[in-house]
Amino acid sequence: MARTWARWLSHALLTALALAWMSPLLWVILLSLTPNEALARGDLAPRMLTTAHYQTLLAVSQAPRWFLNSLLVAGTMTAATLVLSSLAGYALARIPFRGRNGVFLFIVAGLAVPEQAIFLPLHRMFAELELHNTYTALIAPRLAGPFGVFLMTQFFRAVPREMEEAAELDHAGRVRTFLFIMLPLARPALTTLGIFTFLYAWNDFLWPMVSATDPDMYTLTVGLSSLQGNFAQSESLGFVMASAVVASSPMILVYLLFQRYIVRGMALGGVR
Amino acid sequence: MPVRIRRSFRAPGSLAAFLFLAPFLAFYGAFLVVPLLLGAWMSLHRWELLGDLRAYCGSGNYLRMLRDPLFRSSLVHSAQFTLMAVPTITAVALFLALVMNRPHRLYAALRSIFFASGALSVTAVTLIWLMVLNPSRGLFARFMAALGFAPVDLLADPRLAMPALVVTTLWWGIGFPMVLFLAGLQQIPRELYEAAKLDHASPWTTFRRITLPSLRRTILLVLVVEVILQFQVFGQVLLMTRGGPANRTRVLVQYIYETSFRDWQVGYAASMSMLLLLVMSVASFVQLRLSRPGD
Repeated sequence: MARTWARWLSHALLTALALAWMSPLLWVILLSLTPNEALARGDLAPRMLTTAHYQTLLAVSQAPRWFLNSLLVAGTMTAATLVLSSLAGYALARIPFRGRNGVFLFIVAGLAVPEQAIFLPLHRMFAELELHNTYTALIAPRLAGPFGVFLMTQFFRAVPREMEEAAELDHAGRVRTFLFIMLPLARPALTTLGIFTFLYAWNDFLWPMVSATDPDMYTLTVGLSSLQGNFAQSESLGFVMASAVVASSPMILVYLLFQRYIVRGMALGGVR
Repeated sequence: MPVRIRRSFRAPGSLAAFLFLAPFLAFYGAFLVVPLLLGAWMSLHRWELLGDLRAYCGSGNYLRMLRDPLFRSSLVHSAQFTLMAVPTITAVALFLALVMNRPHRLYAALRSIFFASGALSVTAVTLIWLMVLNPSRGLFARFMAALGFAPVDLLADPRLAMPALVVTTLWWGIGFPMVLFLAGLQQIPRELYEAAKLDHASPWTTFRRITLPSLRRTILLVLVVEVILQFQVFGQVLLMTRGGPANRTRVLVQYIYETSFRDWQVGYAASMSMLLLLVMSVASFVQLRLSRPGD
């Protein structure tokens, strides 16, 4: 009896804790649906909800453009990372050549270089090339991260040799073996890497903030921070909260759809 | 390892490998190695974009760091933030992982709630928490008012601003260490717990004698990973306090950012970046040693 009671109590306490944990997010969603008059009065629970803030966001602000920028940047970055990482990872895992270990270490060493330590020289480089406020500047430098190569190398190393030997018997060349044997096998690893890259690209802040100074080139993450200044007034409060919801919902959606892969990716990221 | 080149793979190994590796290495070289070298070179110059000054100064920038009180205080603030955030995040993540490590469906749902905030961007997280902590209308102020306390503007209080940033960071980043702990808990052999049960060990003894020792490596790993993450704190500070009140939360990365993008002293900023790189490389090396499985 006592044990059942204790179990129900711990269920209830943890559920309450989780709800409290979620409450800031739910509250912001509520604020984004609250009419201005209710926001001005400071009502906690408005009697009526409205989508007016979302309509303003669509009609007046640059948020739709920022949304498309984010989609383009994150999408391209994800596709390119998958291609570059699987090619390099395959070579490091499966093609014997002199100096392979050296190349692998050279690439893995890059994991220790934090973005914050090189964004300044990178910014100078792009300034000299007059490439700031372009999609190239938003995307290209982010393809240098070695995590994807590391992940794919580890994955390809674990694929049994027999898989390739079968292909060899068929006299398949290296490119065909890679495309038709190894890549299909790598689908789970590629999915994990792809989701991670997309999340990371969408939420990227420091580099797009210093590189894109023209509001037309903002990503949603950067654009959202440019709205923060005027959120104290109640006329724009609902609007700012609506833009926060719009900026976050794609990621919440990705997260809900691919939670399994994200959790696995995080575990891999720690145990590298 | 003997190098075997198979006949059916007609291209010589090194040429094929080069072709597979070249696309990534091009980006890696251009946007990681080159900026790194350029940063080291810049750090040896007195280089100011305003007035177009550029002159070799040797270790001048590094000596300047030693004398710069703002650099010292920003380093101290980063360290303070790290010292507050890392133990808090680690302890809360460990607690949540322990109580949620059950195969029940309810717990799977609860776990995802704690992971979910990690999918948000720093701008969304800070917007949410600026609102929550707002002294006149925020959730926190209402909660305090309900308990009969006067509203406090945490972010404007020199002593409370940093803890408020830590709480925001905790809310944002609890998922990752939780996942690591949950993975660590899954690896503890069940037999150990069954043996403890046979010995009528209390839950506390079981935790202290079995769970904690088995998690030692994971705990160390989480601590190092979190030190690496939190020492580089920037977005939350920039967006929530701008380093205030009274410069009490200005952190190292923010100072690097301001020195280069507000004061345009890119040479000096580059030398501070190099110092950050050095500290982080040491920490990453420790992480790599810790996370290598099987020793």
